Amino acid sequence: METLLYLGCTVPIRNLNYEVSARLTAKALGITFRDIEEFGCCGFPLKSLNVEDMMVTAARNLALAEREDLDICALCNACAGTLNEVAHQVRTNPEIREKINRRLKPLGLRLDGNVKVRNYMRLLWEEIGIEGIAKAVTRPLNGVTLAPHYGCHYLKPSELNVGFDSPEVPRTLSDLITATGAKVINYPSLLDCCGGGLLGMSEEVANAMAVRKLQEVSASGAHALVLVCPFCNVMYEGQQKKIAKSTGIDLKTPVVYYPQVLGLALGMTSEQLGFKLNRIKPKELLEIVEG
Amino acid sequence: MPKINLNELDPEFKHRVAEQPGGEGLKACFACKACTAACPIQPIDKRYDPRKIIRMALLGMKKQVLESDFIWLCSSCYGCQEVCPQNVRFTEVMYAIKNLAAQEACIPPGLTAQRSLLKKHGRLYEVGEFENEKRLKMGLPPIIEHAEDFDVILPDQTVESDRGHSSTSHNS
Repeated sequence: METLLYLGCTVPIRNLNYEVSARLTAKALGITFRDIEEFGCCGFPLKSLNVEDMMVTAARNLALAEREDLDICALCNACAGTLNEVAHQVRTNPEIREKINRRLKPLGLRLDGNVKVRNYMRLLWEEIGIEGIAKAVTRPLNGVTLAPHYGCHYLKPSELNVGFDSPEVPRTLSDLITATGAKVINYPSLLDCCGGGLLGMSEEVANAMAVRKLQEVSASGAHALVLVCPFCNVMYEGQQKKIAKSTGIDLKTPVVYYPQVLGLALGMTSEQLGFKLNRIKPKELLEIVEG
Repeated sequence: MPKINLNELDPEFKHRVAEQPGGEGLKACFACKACTAACPIQPIDKRYDPRKIIRMALLGMKKQVLESDFIWLCSSCYGCQEVCPQNVRFTEVMYAIKNLAAQEACIPPGLTAQRSLLKKHGRLYEVGEFENEKRLKMGLPPIIEHAEDFDVILPDQTVESDRGHSSTSHNS
């Protein structure tokens, strides 16, 4: 299948390990990612200031995709959520559709809202399937234990994800991890919000939101925390040292992206998958897999 | 709790919130507090209390809401929205309230800076040669800014003097 790869602002600058592993795993599984160089910000950062500015910024990307007659695959939960939300609004609300299209007109773009937007993990789940992934695995990650973190905008608002996953008892990411041969742990703070949306407002509150999960995963003996969103990464990987220092809790929780884990199971090397950019090295995990 | 002076309340405030995109559900609240119970911020910072913010908005405490720091503490996790039996959609109501605060020029500096970056570069991070060289080394295609589009679709100002439905101006 062919889909447009939507990178957003953060991943292609700050999380090249995520991007490179997503591209490699997609290729190996028969998914063709097409790039559109005109894609820009999804609009999420504008929502607090002006919802309509957010919508028109999102709509610009969606209209570019509609022009290509292809769906969008996003790597960031906030991007996927925002683009999905605006596509839904434009598709279902004629008043909003007219308003947004009036503002898009100077760019020569038009949006009906029929473009489908999915996070890469959802795309894998729906297009390749757990069985398809398990079948493609050439190096099962036996002996590896991982802790999934879905992130809020992967699951919520649930009205935008009807027929996909449950916001209370999610399973897709756990199943995707299991398909690689690794063991998944369940833990009390599984559904915690990372706090990333608050980092710019109050670092103290944001850090306080992230600490419980880091502590639990660290104590669980899992080899890594598995993420699917660069915003969550900012908190769990980027802030981890600071959180450990300010709380006095000994935290050394390696943080990886799901496509990196998948890539290992598909036989790719840690070097190909950009593991050198992971700031808290998943040493044990890589020792088990690569020896 | 400080006394509420009835003369300082703005009975129009709740209507203004409800007129904003996403604010429609505000008046359906029957104060059950499920939102507050589901909120991950509230146990950390008591000032951020969804049920209380709704009550303040319904009472017309416009100044205390729009000029507060706490309205910017929503993490947008949608926890409140998922549990609400009245479909208030509080995460969206918070965006409506923040949009009104922005219209009154009560904006945290970080957000203004992000907006300027977006208008200037079309992205949150400026992309230069350094970034693209790093990408090239990993076999990734270059990122090209299309800043001109954003100058067209984003108006120059976020502060609108006319309340509610003022038309958006394109000043490019």
